[in-house]
Amino acid sequence: MPLAVTEKEDIQALVRSGLPTLTEAEFWICRIRNAAMARAFLTAAPVTTAADLSVHQTTAVQIALSAEGMRALGLPAEVVGGFSPEFVAGLAGDPSRSRRLGDVGPSAPGAWTWGYPRAPDVLVMLYAEPGGLDALRQQIATLAGELAFDVTVLPTSDMGGHEPFGFVDGVSQPAIDWGGTRSPGTPDDLEYGSLITAGEFLLGYENEYGRFTGRPTIAPTGAAIDLLPAAADDPQRRDVGRNGAYLVFRQLRQDVRSFWRFAAEQAGPAGAQGLAEAMVGRKISGDPLEPVLARPLPGVGPAPASLEQNNFTFGADPDGTVCPLGAHIRRANPRTADMPGGRGDILSRAVRMLGWTKEDPRADVVAASRFHRIVRRGREYGESADPATLMQEDAPDPLCGLNFICLNANISRQFEFVQSAWVMSAKFDGLTGEQDPVLGNRVPVPQTEPTSGFSLPSPAGPARRLGALPQFVTVIGGAYFFLPGVRALRFMASEPAA
Amino acid sequence: MVAAPVEPGHEADLRALLATMNLSPGVADPLNALVPFGRFESLHVARFVILEDETVGDLAAHGGSFPYAPTYLVFLGDCDGSPAAQLDAIERSARPGLRKIFAHCVGFSDQTDLGAWMRSHAVRPSTAYVNWVGRTVTQVREEQRLHAALLSALVSVAPSSDPVATWRALKLSPDVQRVTLSPPQRTPIAWLVGRLARLFADIVLLIVLFPLLLLYLPFFLIILRWREGAEPMVPQPVDSQKRAAIAAYEDHEVTNSFTAIGSLKPGFFRLTLAIFALWSLELTCRYLYVRGRLARVGTIHFARWVFMDGHRRLLFASNYDGGLDSYMDDFINKAGFGLNAVFSNGVGYPRTKWLLWDGATNEEAFKAFLKRHQVLTEVWYRAYPGLTTFDLSRNSRIRAGYQRASLSEAEAARWLALI
Repeated sequence: MPLAVTEKEDIQALVRSGLPTLTEAEFWICRIRNAAMARAFLTAAPVTTAADLSVHQTTAVQIALSAEGMRALGLPAEVVGGFSPEFVAGLAGDPSRSRRLGDVGPSAPGAWTWGYPRAPDVLVMLYAEPGGLDALRQQIATLAGELAFDVTVLPTSDMGGHEPFGFVDGVSQPAIDWGGTRSPGTPDDLEYGSLITAGEFLLGYENEYGRFTGRPTIAPTGAAIDLLPAAADDPQRRDVGRNGAYLVFRQLRQDVRSFWRFAAEQAGPAGAQGLAEAMVGRKISGDPLEPVLARPLPGVGPAPASLEQNNFTFGADPDGTVCPLGAHIRRANPRTADMPGGRGDILSRAVRMLGWTKEDPRADVVAASRFHRIVRRGREYGESADPATLMQEDAPDPLCGLNFICLNANISRQFEFVQSAWVMSAKFDGLTGEQDPVLGNRVPVPQTEPTSGFSLPSPAGPARRLGALPQFVTVIGGAYFFLPGVRALRFMASEPAA
Repeated sequence: MVAAPVEPGHEADLRALLATMNLSPGVADPLNALVPFGRFESLHVARFVILEDETVGDLAAHGGSFPYAPTYLVFLGDCDGSPAAQLDAIERSARPGLRKIFAHCVGFSDQTDLGAWMRSHAVRPSTAYVNWVGRTVTQVREEQRLHAALLSALVSVAPSSDPVATWRALKLSPDVQRVTLSPPQRTPIAWLVGRLARLFADIVLLIVLFPLLLLYLPFFLIILRWREGAEPMVPQPVDSQKRAAIAAYEDHEVTNSFTAIGSLKPGFFRLTLAIFALWSLELTCRYLYVRGRLARVGTIHFARWVFMDGHRRLLFASNYDGGLDSYMDDFINKAGFGLNAVFSNGVGYPRTKWLLWDGATNEEAFKAFLKRHQVLTEVWYRAYPGLTTFDLSRNSRIRAGYQRASLSEAEAARWLALI
């Protein structure tokens, strides 16, 4: 059995919850001006932990650092270089990464308002109950002092649980296996489940391969002795990564007017909502297009909302006639098991493993979901409007979007894979000429075909094809951060060894 | 495949010369001045690689060393029909370009007979995989045109709730009818005879070997387990700058190339195991995995494993759909046992258990091993950019339905959904 997570007092609160009752929030994008003052702030900052959430919280503060920030604090190369290569290189640090992620054209880092050419050092996240943010901001600003950081503030707005296009947001999340109750890689994984090992979201615990993801560990000397825990897989060394998670931050601008106008043009005002729901793969209310299953899937429920909105797979809809193959939620989490065909007996498993089946060619095209899950913790910003208004001729063009935030332990296998192999891929699940109908950048595959289509398969004939989808979502900033365990944060803030 | 040692000191010039064949890094110019790949109608893929092996020193951990490990220039490709005939055709029409390129190789001069030189430097793969044996470049292109014509005809065809009527209407569409579909070429008798003879020889060999292998098995298992425990683990750090340089050549369309080289672990045991594993793999590629999938992995167009330097090193070259990370994930999650059987005989591979288990599922170590051994594919040509293996087989299914004399309603509905 994987290691249970017992140190909730060392884990930042965001790993456990999106803090939905703290509806006011803002994010500080900080550049370190004075390293000593920054260290003093990071040592004293009142970071809210997962353990704190067991009692009612009226505010919360979370802190994450980029690789640049760690260097600016004077952390040794051994520590910074022990984090994953994609974290060290950064979200916008390599044109090849940007190309893979679809951050090209209008979403290219060169056009971002922040995060390029240099990533910010520190991310400070403030959350409060309604009416409480001003006081919290004052308190944290006083603690930081004026000289420690140059701060850019990203405000957020409470859209009542909806994202700017109008859909209920953050419906599907993996359930983190805090207790280490599930061993990954057993025949149970031949059926889809949403209970995922803690090591997929926190460093220092077993991941879905039953392994400890690489992370910096150091010899027990200096501040490390007092501050850092021993590495579970190498007790001689102290673990800088344990209880921390990589935090991917992407500020997305959503062109809500263009989205609803497109839907209305294609399907008429009466059909616009239905088309938009097909593009997303869920109803505005968050309910899935697919019927829910009678028996709860692992990691779904017991809350009624979870059972109503997440207890489904796409297994009974292989051709996408209920939920289109390319719909947003199908790309972002195809809910696939380790192998098509379910559990079966050992002989059938062996035959399938060797590829000696005469199954539908589409059946095994999409990778197993459990290696590619992310926990989403985003917050909306700006002001949106309701779809009916946005469809009108003289509709306003509100400036709004999503501060997309997700947590994972392996950026390349989780966030980057979902983004590049599923969301942005023009070939996801055997499709051709389309990307995610909501998130796609519509940049054609070089030398060949456009990616601006969207197909709605039909049971009786050819798919209904839409073409020339505009780009509805543009990336305007972002960075890779690390949301450390509280002890690791204090360690990073300690005086560097001379 | 042609492999020849590069004249020491010529690597940079050769690299610069090869770069002139690209429109941009990672995108070959099909009509480049040196070797205009696009002119050869039976050529699926081709590449030039400077096989700079930075991992030769890893052998030291095993107490071994490499007396002679030249940097090879490798020219390889996959084609319809006979590889020798393809090489001749390329030689005939790209002689000056090839001479310019091979002039950077040891032993090539103005007087060298190019054809004879290439033949003498030809290296045979020990295992070759083809996604769909018998699918020609011409067929791929024609079926792609058919798909495109059907797609645009769909827009103008009268909507009907009867799928059979829609199928008929599409068949009669002038734009669709204009697409040439060459009848499938008959498989050459000589090829069939050769294949039957080979099958017979393989069966005889298996029958002869079987009792010997059975006798060897207990000893094999004991030595294997002992070695799996005792062999040194060689750290596989990945040079992030080298990785970034290779990444700049990747993901420019929907398919990528992969080239890697590494040393075999020293000793008779690993050598024979590697040869046996690749021979078994070759048999499955020849007789079983000929229709779209290598075990569960469906994204590989062509792949080959080639022993070099008298079985001291192994070259792996493939053409696959999607990005490198998803390719490696497929390896781990779908075919880890097969990867283990072959690559665990290489220096630096993560520890296996009973040959088939662990190894690749040590995910990060496995990915580091592959990335460390990967070399830059300087020039990579593909005859049909934008098409994945899935597209190719879908187009073939569309063609089959299109050419049928009649379809039932359910068949017609399924066929229409393919378009």
